[in-house]
Amino acid sequence: MNEVLKFFLENREAIFIIILSVFLGIEVISHVPSVLHTPLMSGANAIHGVVIIGAIIVMGHAHDILPMVLGFVAVVLGTLNVVGGFVVTDRMLEMFRKKKTKK
Amino acid sequence: MEEIFTPQISTLEISYILASVLFILGLKKLSHPDTARNGNLWAAAGMLLAILCTILFHKKEDQNIGNIPWILAALAIGTAIGWIAARKVKMTAMPQMVSMFNGMGGACAALISMMEFPRMQTAIAGHASNMLNGEALAILLGLTIGGVSFAGSMIAFGKLDERIGDIKSPVLRYINLMFLFVLLAFMVFIMFKVPVANENWMIYVLGGLALIYGVTFVMPIGGADMPVVISLLNSFTGVAAACGGFLYHNQAMLTGGILVGSSGTILTILMCKAMNRSLLNVIIGAFGGSSAASIQSGDKTVKEITLSDAAVLLSYSQKVLIVPGYGLAVAQAQHLCHEMDVLLTSKNVEVKYGIHPVAGRMPGHMNVLLAEADVPYEKLLEMEEANNEMQNTDVVIVIGANDVVNPAAEDDPSSPIAGMPVIRVWEAKNVIVMKRSMAKGYAAIDNMLFFHPRTRMLFGDAKASMQKLIAEIKNL
Repeated sequence: MNEVLKFFLENREAIFIIILSVFLGIEVISHVPSVLHTPLMSGANAIHGVVIIGAIIVMGHAHDILPMVLGFVAVVLGTLNVVGGFVVTDRMLEMFRKKKTKK
Repeated sequence: MEEIFTPQISTLEISYILASVLFILGLKKLSHPDTARNGNLWAAAGMLLAILCTILFHKKEDQNIGNIPWILAALAIGTAIGWIAARKVKMTAMPQMVSMFNGMGGACAALISMMEFPRMQTAIAGHASNMLNGEALAILLGLTIGGVSFAGSMIAFGKLDERIGDIKSPVLRYINLMFLFVLLAFMVFIMFKVPVANENWMIYVLGGLALIYGVTFVMPIGGADMPVVISLLNSFTGVAAACGGFLYHNQAMLTGGILVGSSGTILTILMCKAMNRSLLNVIIGAFGGSSAASIQSGDKTVKEITLSDAAVLLSYSQKVLIVPGYGLAVAQAQHLCHEMDVLLTSKNVEVKYGIHPVAGRMPGHMNVLLAEADVPYEKLLEMEEANNEMQNTDVVIVIGANDVVNPAAEDDPSSPIAGMPVIRVWEAKNVIVMKRSMAKGYAAIDNMLFFHPRTRMLFGDAKASMQKLIAEIKNL
Protein backbone atom coordinates (compact mmCIF):
# COMPACT_ATOMS: atom_id res chain seq x y z
CA MET A 1 0.00 0.00 0.00
CA ASN A 2 2.77 2.40 0.93
CA GLU A 3 4.39 1.73 -2.40
CA VAL A 4 1.27 2.89 -4.18
CA LEU A 5 1.10 6.05 -2.08
CA LYS A 6 4.76 6.71 -2.68
CA PHE A 7 4.19 6.29 -6.39
CA PHE A 8 1.60 9.07 -6.29
CA LEU A 9 3.91 11.39 -4.37
CA GLU A 10 6.85 10.80 -6.69
CA ASN A 11 4.83 11.28 -9.83
CA ARG A 12 2.31 13.86 -8.70
CA GLU A 13 3.22 16.33 -11.43
CA ALA A 14 2.83 13.79 -14.21
CA ILE A 15 -0.47 12.60 -12.74
CA PHE A 16 -1.66 16.19 -12.58
CA ILE A 17 -0.80 16.76 -16.22
CA ILE A 18 -2.46 13.50 -17.23
CA ILE A 19 -5.73 14.33 -15.48
CA LEU A 20 -5.88 17.89 -16.78
CA SER A 21 -5.00 16.75 -20.31
CA VAL A 22 -7.78 14.18 -20.24
CA PHE A 23 -10.34 16.88 -19.51
CA LEU A 24 -8.77 19.21 -22.03
CA GLY A 25 -8.89 16.57 -24.76
CA ILE A 26 -12.56 15.90 -24.07
CA GLU A 27 -13.40 19.59 -23.96
CA VAL A 28 -11.58 20.44 -27.17
CA ILE A 29 -13.25 17.68 -29.18
CA SER A 30 -16.81 17.75 -27.95
CA HIS A 31 -18.19 20.21 -30.53
CA VAL A 32 -16.91 18.87 -33.82
CA PRO A 33 -19.19 18.71 -36.86
CA SER A 34 -19.20 15.21 -38.34
CA VAL A 35 -17.72 16.62 -41.56
CA LEU A 36 -14.46 17.07 -39.73
CA HIS A 37 -14.27 13.71 -37.99
CA THR A 38 -11.90 12.16 -40.50
CA PRO A 39 -9.45 15.08 -40.69
CA LEU A 40 -9.60 15.43 -36.92
CA MET A 41 -8.78 11.77 -36.40
CA SER A 42 -5.96 12.11 -38.87
CA GLY A 43 -4.65 15.26 -37.18
CA ALA A 44 -4.76 13.66 -33.74
CA ASN A 45 -3.00 10.68 -35.29
CA ALA A 46 -0.16 12.99 -36.36
CA ILE A 47 0.07 14.57 -32.92
CA HIS A 48 0.68 11.29 -31.13
CA GLY A 49 3.66 10.99 -33.42
CA VAL A 50 5.28 13.08 -30.68
CA VAL A 51 6.46 9.65 -29.51
CA ILE A 52 9.31 10.26 -31.93
CA ILE A 53 10.96 12.43 -29.30
CA GLY A 54 11.35 9.32 -27.18
CA ALA A 55 12.86 7.49 -30.14
CA ILE A 56 15.35 10.32 -30.69
CA ILE A 57 16.31 10.29 -27.01
CA VAL A 58 16.92 6.53 -27.00
CA MET A 59 18.88 6.65 -30.19
CA GLY A 60 20.87 9.67 -29.07
CA HIS A 61 22.15 7.73 -26.08
CA ALA A 62 22.59 4.34 -27.70
CA HIS A 63 26.06 2.84 -27.93
CA ASP A 64 25.60 -0.80 -28.90
CA ILE A 65 24.55 -2.15 -32.26
CA LEU A 66 21.14 -3.59 -31.28
CA PRO A 67 19.79 -0.42 -29.63
CA MET A 68 21.20 1.59 -32.53
CA VAL A 69 19.35 -0.49 -35.09
CA LEU A 70 16.12 -0.58 -33.11
CA GLY A 71 16.42 3.15 -32.43
CA PHE A 72 16.96 3.86 -36.10
CA VAL A 73 13.86 1.87 -37.00
CA ALA A 74 11.91 3.63 -34.26
CA VAL A 75 12.91 7.08 -35.52
CA VAL A 76 11.98 6.16 -39.08
CA LEU A 77 8.58 4.81 -38.00
CA GLY A 78 7.93 7.82 -35.77
CA THR A 79 8.79 10.22 -38.60
CA LEU A 80 6.44 8.32 -40.89
CA ASN A 81 3.68 8.83 -38.33
CA VAL A 82 4.39 12.55 -37.95
CA VAL A 83 5.07 13.57 -41.54
CA GLY A 84 2.53 11.24 -43.13
CA GLY A 85 -0.09 12.23 -40.60
CA PHE A 86 0.26 15.97 -41.06
CA VAL A 87 0.54 15.79 -44.85
CA VAL A 88 -2.52 13.55 -45.20
CA THR A 89 -4.53 15.83 -42.91
CA ASP A 90 -3.43 18.87 -44.88
CA ARG A 91 -4.51 17.21 -48.11
CA MET A 92 -7.95 16.52 -46.74
CA LEU A 93 -8.38 20.03 -45.40
CA GLU A 94 -7.04 21.62 -48.56
CA MET A 95 -10.16 20.41 -50.33
CA PHE A 96 -12.45 22.03 -47.85
CA ARG A 97 -10.74 25.37 -48.24
CA LYS A 98 -10.55 25.34 -52.01
CA LYS A 99 -14.31 25.20 -52.13
CA LYS A 100 -14.76 28.00 -49.65
CA THR A 101 -12.82 30.45 -51.79
CA LYS A 102 -14.76 29.43 -54.87
CA LYS A 103 -18.09 30.45 -53.45
CA MET B 1 14.31 14.55 -9.93
CA GLU B 2 17.04 17.02 -9.22
CA GLU B 3 17.96 18.97 -12.29
CA ILE B 4 21.01 21.11 -12.60
CA PHE B 5 20.21 24.38 -14.27
CA THR B 6 21.66 25.08 -17.67
CA PRO B 7 20.29 27.47 -20.29
CA GLN B 8 19.93 24.51 -22.66
CA ILE B 9 17.69 22.56 -20.31
CA SER B 10 15.50 25.60 -19.80
CA THR B 11 15.27 26.27 -23.51
CA LEU B 12 14.28 22.64 -24.07
CA GLU B 13 11.56 22.81 -21.44
CA ILE B 14 10.26 26.09 -22.86
CA SER B 15 10.13 24.52 -26.29
CA TYR B 16 8.10 21.64 -24.85
CA ILE B 17 5.65 24.04 -23.24
CA LEU B 18 5.30 25.88 -26.54
CA ALA B 19 4.85 22.61 -28.40
CA SER B 20 2.13 21.50 -25.98
CA VAL B 21 0.30 24.80 -26.40
CA LEU B 22 0.56 24.48 -30.18
CA PHE B 23 -0.84 20.92 -30.01
CA ILE B 24 -3.80 22.08 -27.95
CA LEU B 25 -4.51 25.11 -30.14
CA GLY B 26 -4.04 22.99 -33.25
CA LEU B 27 -6.54 20.41 -32.06
CA LYS B 28 -8.95 23.17 -31.08
CA LYS B 29 -8.68 24.78 -34.50
CA LEU B 30 -9.06 21.43 -36.21
CA SER B 31 -12.58 21.22 -34.88
CA HIS B 32 -13.84 24.20 -36.91
CA PRO B 33 -14.06 24.03 -40.71
CA ASP B 34 -12.64 27.51 -41.29
CA THR B 35 -9.58 27.16 -39.10
CA ALA B 36 -8.93 23.46 -39.52
CA ARG B 37 -6.11 23.73 -42.01
CA ASN B 38 -4.30 26.30 -39.92
CA GLY B 39 -4.76 24.14 -36.85
CA ASN B 40 -3.02 21.28 -38.57
CA LEU B 41 -0.10 23.54 -39.47
CA TRP B 42 0.15 24.84 -35.92
CA ALA B 43 0.34 21.34 -34.53
CA ALA B 44 2.96 20.47 -37.14
CA ALA B 45 4.99 23.55 -36.14
CA GLY B 46 4.81 22.43 -32.51
CA MET B 47 6.10 19.03 -33.51
CA LEU B 48 8.99 20.46 -35.52
CA LEU B 49 9.96 22.71 -32.62
CA ALA B 50 9.91 19.83 -30.14
CA ILE B 51 11.97 17.57 -32.42
CA LEU B 52 14.60 20.20 -33.22
CA CYS B 53 15.02 21.29 -29.60
CA THR B 54 15.28 17.68 -28.45
CA ILE B 55 18.13 17.04 -30.88
CA LEU B 56 19.89 20.27 -29.97
CA PHE B 57 19.40 20.54 -26.23
CA HIS B 58 18.48 17.23 -24.69
CA LYS B 59 20.87 15.93 -22.08
CA LYS B 60 20.95 12.70 -20.13
CA GLU B 61 23.52 12.35 -17.37
CA ASP B 62 25.42 15.26 -18.90
CA GLN B 63 25.54 13.56 -22.26
CA ASN B 64 24.27 15.41 -25.29
CA ILE B 65 22.30 13.62 -27.95
CA GLY B 66 24.81 11.56 -29.96
CA ASN B 67 24.56 9.68 -33.24
CA ILE B 68 23.16 12.84 -34.81
CA PRO B 69 24.04 11.89 -38.41
CA TRP B 70 22.14 8.63 -37.96
CA ILE B 71 19.18 10.39 -36.40
CA LEU B 72 19.06 12.88 -39.25
CA ALA B 73 19.31 10.05 -41.76
CA ALA B 74 16.39 8.25 -40.09
CA LEU B 75 14.38 11.48 -40.05
CA ALA B 76 15.13 12.03 -43.73
CA ILE B 77 14.07 8.49 -44.69
CA GLY B 78 10.87 8.72 -42.67
CA THR B 79 10.05 12.14 -44.08
CA ALA B 80 10.62 11.04 -47.66
CA ILE B 81 8.52 7.89 -47.39
CA GLY B 82 5.79 9.54 -45.33
CA TRP B 83 5.57 12.53 -47.63
CA ILE B 84 5.40 10.51 -50.80
CA ALA B 85 2.93 7.99 -49.39
CA ALA B 86 0.68 10.75 -48.08
CA ARG B 87 0.82 12.67 -51.37
CA LYS B 88 0.27 9.68 -53.62
CA VAL B 89 -2.54 7.97 -51.74
CA LYS B 90 -5.96 8.20 -53.34
CA MET B 91 -8.63 10.06 -51.43
CA THR B 92 -10.64 6.86 -51.20
CA ALA B 93 -7.77 5.05 -49.54
CA MET B 94 -7.41 7.70 -46.83
CA PRO B 95 -8.74 5.56 -43.96
CA GLN B 96 -6.20 2.82 -44.67
CA MET B 97 -3.43 5.39 -44.75
CA VAL B 98 -4.41 6.87 -41.39
CA SER B 99 -4.51 3.37 -39.97
CA MET B 100 -1.07 2.64 -41.39
CA PHE B 101 0.50 5.81 -39.96
CA ASN B 102 -1.15 5.09 -36.63
CA GLY B 103 0.42 1.65 -36.60
CA MET B 104 3.85 3.18 -37.23
CA GLY B 105 3.44 5.38 -34.16
CA GLY B 106 2.41 2.37 -32.08
CA ALA B 107 5.41 0.38 -33.29
CA CYS B 108 7.68 3.32 -32.44
CA ALA B 109 6.34 3.41 -28.88
CA ALA B 110 6.74 -0.35 -28.52
CA LEU B 111 10.35 -0.23 -29.77
CA ILE B 112 11.22 2.50 -27.27
CA SER B 113 9.98 0.31 -24.44
CA MET B 114 11.94 -2.65 -25.75
CA MET B 115 15.12 -0.63 -25.58
CA GLU B 116 14.39 0.98 -22.24
CA PHE B 117 13.51 -2.22 -20.40
CA PRO B 118 17.02 -3.71 -20.31
CA ARG B 119 18.43 -0.38 -19.15
CA MET B 120 15.86 0.00 -16.40
CA GLN B 121 16.29 -3.56 -15.20
CA THR B 122 20.06 -3.40 -15.15
CA ALA B 123 19.93 -0.11 -13.27
CA ILE B 124 17.87 -1.49 -10.39
CA ALA B 125 19.18 -5.06 -10.38
CA GLY B 126 20.63 -5.86 -6.99
CA HIS B 127 18.92 -2.92 -5.27
CA ALA B 128 15.26 -3.82 -5.57
CA SER B 129 13.33 -6.99 -4.85
CA ASN B 130 10.76 -6.39 -7.58
CA MET B 131 9.94 -4.13 -10.47
CA LEU B 132 6.92 -2.48 -8.93
CA ASN B 133 7.76 1.06 -9.92
CA GLY B 134 6.41 3.78 -12.16
CA GLU B 135 9.19 3.43 -14.69
CA ALA B 136 8.61 -0.29 -15.20
CA LEU B 137 4.86 0.26 -15.41
CA ALA B 138 5.33 2.94 -18.09
CA ILE B 139 7.70 0.70 -20.06
CA LEU B 140 5.44 -2.35 -19.92
CA LEU B 141 2.30 -0.36 -20.73
CA GLY B 142 4.08 1.45 -23.56
CA LEU B 143 5.14 -1.86 -25.07
CA THR B 144 1.77 -3.54 -24.63
CA ILE B 145 -0.41 -0.70 -25.85
CA GLY B 146 1.98 0.22 -28.64
CA GLY B 147 2.19 -3.40 -29.77
CA VAL B 148 -1.58 -3.90 -29.74
CA SER B 149 -2.01 -0.63 -31.61
CA PHE B 150 0.56 -1.61 -34.23
CA ALA B 151 -0.80 -5.10 -34.89
CA GLY B 152 -4.40 -3.91 -34.74
CA SER B 153 -3.75 -1.06 -37.15
CA MET B 154 -2.11 -3.40 -39.62
CA ILE B 155 -5.14 -5.71 -39.54
CA ALA B 156 -7.46 -2.71 -39.89
CA PHE B 157 -5.36 -1.57 -42.83
CA GLY B 158 -5.61 -5.02 -44.40
CA LYS B 159 -9.36 -5.14 -43.92
CA LEU B 160 -9.97 -1.70 -45.39
CA ASP B 161 -7.68 -2.48 -48.28
CA GLU B 162 -9.68 -5.67 -48.73
CA ARG B 163 -6.65 -7.87 -48.32
CA ILE B 164 -7.99 -9.53 -45.21
CA GLY B 165 -11.51 -10.86 -44.83
CA ASP B 166 -13.56 -11.02 -41.67
CA ILE B 167 -13.35 -14.03 -39.46
CA LYS B 168 -16.59 -14.30 -37.62
CA SER B 169 -16.63 -16.87 -34.94
CA PRO B 170 -18.00 -16.68 -31.42
CA VAL B 171 -15.03 -18.78 -30.28
CA LEU B 172 -12.72 -15.96 -31.20
CA ARG B 173 -14.41 -13.80 -28.59
CA TYR B 174 -13.29 -16.14 -25.84
CA ILE B 175 -9.83 -16.59 -27.27
CA ASN B 176 -9.68 -12.83 -27.32
CA LEU B 177 -10.63 -12.43 -23.69
CA MET B 178 -8.20 -15.16 -22.77
CA PHE B 179 -5.36 -13.39 -24.54
CA LEU B 180 -6.19 -10.14 -22.83
CA PHE B 181 -6.12 -11.91 -19.49
CA VAL B 182 -2.81 -13.63 -20.25
CA LEU B 183 -1.37 -10.31 -21.40
CA LEU B 184 -2.35 -8.52 -18.20
CA ALA B 185 -1.28 -11.42 -16.01
CA PHE B 186 2.10 -11.54 -17.69
CA MET B 187 2.59 -7.82 -17.08
CA VAL B 188 1.86 -8.30 -13.39
CA PHE B 189 4.20 -11.29 -13.35
CA ILE B 190 7.06 -9.19 -14.76
CA MET B 191 6.49 -6.43 -12.23
CA PHE B 192 6.73 -8.86 -9.32
CA LYS B 193 9.90 -10.45 -10.64
CA VAL B 194 13.26 -9.84 -9.08
CA PRO B 195 15.20 -7.64 -11.50
CA VAL B 196 18.19 -9.44 -12.95
CA ALA B 197 20.66 -7.64 -15.20
CA ASN B 198 20.60 -8.76 -18.84
CA GLU B 199 17.64 -11.05 -18.47
CA ASN B 200 15.33 -9.72 -21.13
CA TRP B 201 13.33 -12.65 -22.47
CA MET B 202 10.14 -11.45 -20.76
CA ILE B 203 10.02 -8.25 -22.72
CA TYR B 204 10.09 -10.15 -26.01
CA VAL B 205 7.39 -12.52 -24.83
CA LEU B 206 5.25 -9.56 -23.72
CA GLY B 207 5.80 -7.85 -27.06
CA GLY B 208 4.82 -11.04 -28.87
CA LEU B 209 1.67 -11.43 -26.77
CA ALA B 210 0.74 -7.80 -27.44
CA LEU B 211 1.07 -8.36 -31.18
CA ILE B 212 -1.06 -11.50 -31.06
CA TYR B 213 -3.70 -9.76 -29.01
CA GLY B 214 -3.73 -6.84 -31.44
CA VAL B 215 -4.51 -9.30 -34.24
CA THR B 216 -7.19 -11.26 -32.40
CA PHE B 217 -8.71 -8.02 -31.11
CA VAL B 218 -9.38 -6.55 -34.55
CA MET B 219 -9.85 -9.77 -36.54
CA PRO B 220 -13.48 -10.51 -35.59
CA ILE B 221 -14.64 -6.91 -35.95
CA GLY B 222 -16.47 -6.32 -39.20
CA GLY B 223 -15.23 -3.96 -41.88
CA ALA B 224 -18.14 -1.60 -41.21
CA ASP B 225 -16.80 -0.95 -37.75
CA MET B 226 -13.25 -0.22 -38.85
CA PRO B 227 -13.61 3.56 -38.40
CA VAL B 228 -14.43 3.03 -34.76
CA VAL B 229 -11.54 0.62 -34.40
CA ILE B 230 -9.05 2.99 -36.05
CA SER B 231 -10.20 5.82 -33.82
CA LEU B 232 -9.83 3.58 -30.79
CA LEU B 233 -6.36 2.40 -31.82
CA ASN B 234 -5.49 6.03 -32.46
CA SER B 235 -6.23 6.86 -28.85
CA PHE B 236 -4.29 3.74 -27.79
CA THR B 237 -1.21 5.02 -29.56
CA GLY B 238 -1.74 8.34 -27.81
CA VAL B 239 -1.64 6.59 -24.46
CA ALA B 240 1.45 4.61 -25.52
CA ALA B 241 3.17 7.89 -26.42
CA ALA B 242 2.16 9.30 -23.04
CA CYS B 243 3.81 6.30 -21.35
CA GLY B 244 7.02 7.38 -23.07
CA GLY B 245 6.46 10.88 -21.76
CA PHE B 246 6.06 9.53 -18.25
CA LEU B 247 9.22 7.49 -18.63
CA TYR B 248 11.36 10.40 -19.79
CA HIS B 249 9.62 13.05 -17.70
CA ASN B 250 8.94 14.62 -21.03
CA GLN B 251 6.01 17.02 -20.83
CA ALA B 252 5.51 17.40 -24.58
CA MET B 253 5.10 13.65 -25.04
CA LEU B 254 2.88 13.44 -22.00
CA THR B 255 0.45 16.21 -22.98
CA GLY B 256 0.47 15.30 -26.66
CA GLY B 257 -0.14 11.62 -25.95
CA ILE B 258 -2.85 12.07 -23.34
CA LEU B 259 -4.56 14.75 -25.43
CA VAL B 260 -4.85 12.32 -28.32
CA GLY B 261 -5.76 9.51 -25.95
CA SER B 262 -8.71 11.37 -24.46
CA SER B 263 -9.92 13.18 -27.57
CA GLY B 264 -9.57 9.95 -29.53
CA THR B 265 -11.71 8.15 -26.98
CA ILE B 266 -14.39 10.84 -27.20
CA LEU B 267 -14.28 10.70 -30.98
CA THR B 268 -14.67 6.93 -30.78
CA ILE B 269 -17.70 7.29 -28.54
CA LEU B 270 -19.22 9.92 -30.86
CA MET B 271 -18.84 7.48 -33.74
CA CYS B 272 -20.46 4.69 -31.77
CA LYS B 273 -23.34 7.03 -30.91
CA ALA B 274 -23.84 7.74 -34.60
CA MET B 275 -24.44 4.01 -35.00
CA ASN B 276 -26.48 3.84 -31.83
CA ARG B 277 -24.24 1.17 -30.36
CA SER B 278 -22.02 1.01 -27.37
CA LEU B 279 -18.27 0.70 -27.69
CA LEU B 280 -18.38 -2.66 -25.94
CA ASN B 281 -20.93 -3.86 -28.45
CA VAL B 282 -18.64 -2.90 -31.30
CA ILE B 283 -15.65 -4.61 -29.75
CA ILE B 284 -17.17 -7.91 -28.66
CA GLY B 285 -20.33 -8.13 -30.71
CA ALA B 286 -19.04 -8.81 -34.17
CA PHE B 287 -21.62 -7.69 -36.69
CA GLY B 288 -23.69 -10.15 -38.66
CA GLY B 289 -23.98 -13.86 -38.18
CA SER B 290 -26.71 -15.66 -36.31
CA SER B 291 -29.77 -13.44 -36.02
CA ALA B 292 -29.32 -12.13 -39.54
CA ALA B 293 -30.95 -15.23 -40.95
CA SER B 294 -34.35 -14.10 -39.70
CA ILE B 295 -35.26 -12.36 -42.92
CA GLN B 296 -36.37 -14.65 -45.70
CA SER B 297 -35.61 -13.09 -49.01
CA GLY B 298 -36.04 -16.11 -51.26
CA ASP B 299 -39.67 -15.51 -52.14
CA LYS B 300 -39.31 -11.83 -52.85
CA THR B 301 -38.37 -10.29 -56.15
CA VAL B 302 -36.57 -7.12 -56.93
CA LYS B 303 -37.53 -4.76 -59.72
CA GLU B 304 -34.87 -3.49 -62.05
CA ILE B 305 -34.88 -0.16 -63.81
CA THR B 306 -33.38 0.47 -67.23
CA LEU B 307 -30.91 3.28 -67.76
CA SER B 308 -33.24 5.24 -70.00
CA ASP B 309 -36.11 4.95 -67.53
CA ALA B 310 -33.83 6.15 -64.77
CA ALA B 311 -32.65 9.05 -66.90
CA VAL B 312 -36.21 10.14 -67.65
CA LEU B 313 -37.28 9.76 -64.05
CA LEU B 314 -34.39 11.92 -62.86
CA SER B 315 -34.72 14.61 -65.52
CA TYR B 316 -38.39 15.18 -64.79
CA SER B 317 -38.12 15.26 -61.04
CA GLN B 318 -38.06 18.33 -58.90
CA LYS B 319 -36.06 17.10 -55.99
CA VAL B 320 -33.39 14.45 -56.15
CA LEU B 321 -31.44 13.20 -53.19
CA ILE B 322 -28.21 11.27 -53.63
CA VAL B 323 -27.28 8.93 -50.79
CA PRO B 324 -23.69 7.81 -51.24
CA GLY B 325 -21.95 4.96 -49.47
CA TYR B 326 -18.73 3.04 -49.59
CA GLY B 327 -19.52 1.69 -53.05
CA LEU B 328 -19.17 5.23 -54.36
CA ALA B 329 -15.74 5.48 -52.83
CA VAL B 330 -14.62 2.12 -54.18
CA ALA B 331 -15.83 2.92 -57.68
CA GLN B 332 -14.25 6.41 -57.51
CA ALA B 333 -17.57 7.74 -58.79
CA GLN B 334 -17.64 10.98 -56.80
CA HIS B 335 -16.65 13.14 -59.79
CA LEU B 336 -19.35 11.54 -61.93
CA CYS B 337 -21.77 12.16 -59.12
CA HIS B 338 -20.97 15.84 -59.32
CA GLU B 339 -21.19 15.80 -63.09
CA MET B 340 -24.68 14.35 -62.93
CA ASP B 341 -25.57 16.86 -60.23
CA VAL B 342 -24.51 19.77 -62.48
CA LEU B 343 -26.36 18.27 -65.42
CA LEU B 344 -29.58 17.80 -63.48
CA THR B 345 -29.30 21.22 -61.88
CA SER B 346 -29.08 22.73 -65.37
CA LYS B 347 -32.44 21.03 -66.02
CA ASN B 348 -33.87 22.76 -62.95
CA VAL B 349 -33.78 19.69 -60.79
CA GLU B 350 -32.82 20.35 -57.21
CA VAL B 351 -30.03 17.96 -56.24
CA LYS B 352 -28.93 17.39 -52.67
CA TYR B 353 -26.85 14.76 -50.91
CA GLY B 354 -27.93 12.85 -47.84
CA ILE B 355 -24.92 11.94 -45.77
CA HIS B 356 -25.17 9.31 -43.08
CA PRO B 357 -22.64 9.99 -40.32
CA VAL B 358 -21.01 6.60 -40.74
CA ALA B 359 -21.40 6.17 -44.49
CA GLY B 360 -18.20 4.97 -46.05
CA ARG B 361 -15.39 3.67 -43.95
CA MET B 362 -14.89 6.65 -41.68
CA PRO B 363 -17.12 9.38 -40.30
CA GLY B 364 -16.90 12.29 -42.68
CA HIS B 365 -15.50 10.01 -45.38
CA MET B 366 -18.30 10.93 -47.81
CA ASN B 367 -17.89 14.62 -47.11
CA VAL B 368 -14.20 14.41 -47.89
CA LEU B 369 -14.84 12.53 -51.13
CA LEU B 370 -17.59 14.84 -52.32
CA ALA B 371 -15.52 17.87 -51.38
CA GLU B 372 -12.80 16.44 -53.59
CA ALA B 373 -15.31 16.42 -56.46
CA ASP B 374 -16.14 20.09 -55.77
CA VAL B 375 -19.64 19.46 -54.47
CA PRO B 376 -20.59 22.60 -52.52
CA TYR B 377 -20.99 22.32 -48.77
CA GLU B 378 -24.58 23.49 -48.66
CA LYS B 379 -25.73 20.60 -50.84
CA LEU B 380 -24.68 18.10 -48.21
CA LEU B 381 -27.51 17.33 -45.82
CA GLU B 382 -26.93 15.58 -42.55
CA MET B 383 -29.06 12.57 -41.77
CA GLU B 384 -31.83 14.40 -39.84
CA GLU B 385 -32.15 17.14 -42.47
CA ALA B 386 -32.30 14.52 -45.20
CA ASN B 387 -34.97 12.57 -43.35
CA ASN B 388 -37.05 15.72 -42.84
CA GLU B 389 -37.07 16.43 -46.56
CA MET B 390 -37.60 12.82 -47.58
CA GLN B 391 -41.37 12.96 -48.13
CA ASN B 392 -40.98 15.86 -50.57
CA THR B 393 -38.24 14.13 -52.48
CA ASP B 394 -39.11 12.68 -55.86
CA VAL B 395 -36.18 10.38 -56.40
CA VAL B 396 -33.52 9.07 -54.09
CA ILE B 397 -30.46 7.54 -55.70
CA VAL B 398 -28.62 5.22 -53.37
CA ILE B 399 -25.08 4.78 -54.67
CA GLY B 400 -23.16 1.97 -53.08
CA ALA B 401 -24.77 2.39 -49.68
CA ASN B 402 -26.50 -0.47 -47.94
CA ASP B 403 -26.65 -0.75 -44.18
CA VAL B 404 -27.20 2.98 -43.65
CA VAL B 405 -30.46 2.82 -45.62
CA ASN B 406 -31.69 -0.52 -44.27
CA PRO B 407 -35.25 -0.33 -42.89
CA ALA B 408 -34.47 -3.34 -40.67
CA ALA B 409 -32.77 -0.91 -38.31
CA GLU B 410 -36.23 0.45 -37.49
CA ASP B 411 -38.56 -2.47 -38.20
CA ASP B 412 -36.78 -5.58 -37.07
CA PRO B 413 -35.75 -5.61 -33.41
CA SER B 414 -33.81 -8.85 -33.92
CA SER B 415 -31.62 -7.30 -36.59
CA PRO B 416 -27.98 -6.76 -35.67
CA ILE B 417 -28.32 -3.13 -36.69
CA ALA B 418 -31.60 -2.59 -34.84
CA GLY B 419 -31.79 0.89 -33.41
CA MET B 420 -29.10 2.35 -35.63
CA PRO B 421 -30.38 5.63 -37.08
CA VAL B 422 -30.76 5.28 -40.84
CA ILE B 423 -31.66 7.50 -43.76
CA ARG B 424 -35.32 6.67 -44.43
CA VAL B 425 -35.04 6.67 -48.20
CA TRP B 426 -38.14 4.47 -48.55
CA GLU B 427 -40.28 7.48 -47.64
CA ALA B 428 -39.36 9.19 -50.88
CA LYS B 429 -41.57 8.76 -53.93
CA ASN B 430 -39.04 6.70 -55.87
CA VAL B 431 -35.84 4.99 -54.93
CA ILE B 432 -33.14 3.92 -57.35
CA VAL B 433 -30.50 1.70 -55.82
CA MET B 434 -27.21 1.43 -57.69
CA LYS B 435 -25.41 -1.69 -56.66
CA ARG B 436 -22.95 -4.12 -58.07
CA SER B 437 -24.96 -7.17 -57.08
CA MET B 438 -27.42 -8.38 -54.52
CA ALA B 439 -24.51 -8.97 -52.15
CA LYS B 440 -25.02 -7.98 -48.58
CA GLY B 441 -23.46 -4.93 -47.01
CA TYR B 442 -20.73 -5.01 -44.45
CA ALA B 443 -23.17 -5.89 -41.73
CA ALA B 444 -23.88 -9.03 -43.80
CA ILE B 445 -27.64 -8.76 -43.48
CA ASP B 446 -30.38 -8.59 -46.05
CA ASN B 447 -31.77 -5.23 -46.94
CA MET B 448 -35.55 -5.15 -47.27
CA LEU B 449 -35.21 -1.83 -49.05
CA PHE B 450 -34.30 -3.67 -52.22
CA PHE B 451 -37.67 -5.44 -52.15
CA HIS B 452 -39.62 -2.31 -51.28
CA PRO B 453 -42.42 -1.46 -53.77
CA ARG B 454 -40.94 1.97 -54.46
CA THR B 455 -37.44 0.65 -55.04
CA ARG B 456 -35.92 -0.16 -58.37
CA MET B 457 -32.45 -1.56 -58.81
CA LEU B 458 -29.77 -0.49 -61.25
CA PHE B 459 -27.14 -3.19 -61.19
CA GLY B 460 -23.55 -2.61 -62.20
CA ASP B 461 -20.39 -0.90 -61.09
CA ALA B 462 -21.29 2.54 -59.75
CA LYS B 463 -18.83 4.31 -62.02
CA ALA B 464 -19.93 2.55 -65.21
CA SER B 465 -23.62 2.98 -64.36
CA MET B 466 -23.13 6.66 -63.63
CA GLN B 467 -21.31 7.21 -66.91
CA LYS B 468 -24.09 5.55 -68.86
CA LEU B 469 -26.74 7.37 -66.88
CA ILE B 470 -25.12 10.73 -67.56
CA ALA B 471 -24.93 9.91 -71.27
CA GLU B 472 -28.62 8.98 -71.24
CA ILE B 473 -29.61 12.19 -69.48
CA LYS B 474 -27.58 14.21 -71.98
CA ASN B 475 -29.36 12.51 -74.87
CA LEU B 476 -32.82 13.38 -73.63
